Amino acid sequence: MGSLKIENVKKSFGPVEVLKGIDLDVKDGEFVVFVGPSGCGKSTLLRIIAGLEDASSGDVLIDGQKVTNAPPSKRGIAMVFQTYALYPHLTVRDNMSLGLKQAGTPAAEIDQRIAASSAMLSLEPYLKRRPAELSGGQRQRVAIGRALVREPKLFLFDEPLSNLDAALRVNTRLEIAQLHNRLKSTMIYVTHDQVEAMTLADRIVVLNAGRVEQVGAPMELYNKPANLFVAGFIGSPKMNFIDGARLGETAKTVGVRPEHIAVSDTAGAWKGTVIHAEHLGADTNVFLETEKAGLVTIRLFGEYQTGPGATLYATPDAARTYRFGEDGKALG
Amino acid sequence: MSKAATSLPRTIGAHAILLTYTVIALFPVIVIVVNSFKSRAAIFRSPLTLPTAETFDLVGYTTVMAQGDFIQYFQNSLTVTVASLFFVLLFGAMAAFALSEYRFKGNTIMGLYLALGIMIPIRLGTVAILQLMVASGLVNTLTALILVYTAQGLPLAVFILSEFMKQVSDDLKNAGRIDGLSEYRIFFRLVLPLVRPAMATVAVFTMIPIWNDLWFPLILAPGEATKTVTLGAQVFIGQFVTNWNAVLAALSLAILPVLVLYLFFSRQLIRGITSGAVK
Repeated sequence: MGSLKIENVKKSFGPVEVLKGIDLDVKDGEFVVFVGPSGCGKSTLLRIIAGLEDASSGDVLIDGQKVTNAPPSKRGIAMVFQTYALYPHLTVRDNMSLGLKQAGTPAAEIDQRIAASSAMLSLEPYLKRRPAELSGGQRQRVAIGRALVREPKLFLFDEPLSNLDAALRVNTRLEIAQLHNRLKSTMIYVTHDQVEAMTLADRIVVLNAGRVEQVGAPMELYNKPANLFVAGFIGSPKMNFIDGARLGETAKTVGVRPEHIAVSDTAGAWKGTVIHAEHLGADTNVFLETEKAGLVTIRLFGEYQTGPGATLYATPDAARTYRFGEDGKALG
Repeated sequence: MSKAATSLPRTIGAHAILLTYTVIALFPVIVIVVNSFKSRAAIFRSPLTLPTAETFDLVGYTTVMAQGDFIQYFQNSLTVTVASLFFVLLFGAMAAFALSEYRFKGNTIMGLYLALGIMIPIRLGTVAILQLMVASGLVNTLTALILVYTAQGLPLAVFILSEFMKQVSDDLKNAGRIDGLSEYRIFFRLVLPLVRPAMATVAVFTMIPIWNDLWFPLILAPGEATKTVTLGAQVFIGQFVTNWNAVLAALSLAILPVLVLYLFFSRQLIRGITSGAVK
């Protein structure tokens, strides 16, 4: 009841090729997140799925049916936008009912669906208000409610949390996760924020420069990045990349995550001088200029007393270092 | 810094400048209105004094009402202005929507072409327009004036409105598409209300030259039945004798309808319902 298949979708704007042939299979009930740096084509891909943009070539299938030429309203989708995109002249209730009215749904059913979804999102007190009278978080909930009442096969989220402040973002993220647990419907979610991707997704699709770099469960991407791009993109602080030749390795590049390096005052593999230390309470990030490996970021859990100028020894966890070849692909 | 901005001398200075400008701008209008209520002798004796009990005279207004068909002229002016305004706003907004919303080949060229009329005065084409109207049998009809004024107003309307429509959130239009609204409903129900302040600006800029125009009514529709107010007022200006009372009275009356229209649009200018639509 909500599978999605994308077959070799390409998209060009004039001479610029934005999507260079995307293939993807999303199973019914899956929560898939498209993540990538800005300009990687993730929003364009979502808009092609929604039917707001035509693909230059390739096909989109929803529930096994080709919808490449169907208008957005006939695809059985609902979309939540970054800027909420509520109709300013309509009340919350009318915002939610407009799409159903357009589709000719009977009034009794519209009422019942609005009642159900506004209860789910605790929107009842606001049904008679206009968007201008709501706060940012409330507006985004209304936008989600407007998507819910359509009972779509496919939910599409286009960076829905980007306009919210940090605290609200965490709350709304939780709400979206709960919504997915309760509805078990298929959701496609676009974001540039890897934390959102890691916390929400069943599967993450990492996009870069119009290509799919890797598809996998969050931990799979973290533990087995297929290439340099994914290794650098997933994880914060970013993975350290060290020139293989400096370490006497055959691989072109060696990667170690900052959290997989141990430090000691007395002995270790790499001797270095602390350039800067960030004390975050739960973690301490140490930037260490080492003789052997160059500048290395180290993430230590809990508090750790050190400061610029101190000498430290760093030892990478050998079991958790990654090796990448000339072409940037991970070596077995 | 904030203190200096609200200091008394600055406030007085700013108001003095604004008041001076207001006086300069309103002076001719006030002179016309004041003198329209005076007798002919009083107008020439002391044009700047207010009407007194002995100089007060409504002869100008009675002449205007008695001579010619001024009610008809007013109706003509109003019909031409309102109809032209309606078409300029409708077609201008539609063209602007197409230019700002849809990607098609030659979009930029088309936009420049439509804006060309801002730089080239339509009066250059008067002879051709007259031939056209004669050929199509539209001379001495209000339709001729409405067509010409619509063409005259469109370039500026397209230019201003397309800039404003580019600022309307794409997400909002896309939300409408997903909800199954037609492009027409997206245009009329979602986009137009959001560019209402811009529409009011365009309306004011379009309306005033149309109402005040003497050129095209004189050339295309000088007949008694299709005369506009500005053309009608000319009957009191003769080669040798000018009935100043009547001219001033006619001009004073002509200000009123356009003033009402302006007040109506300026309210729209101030009222904006965009807040809360998008972030």
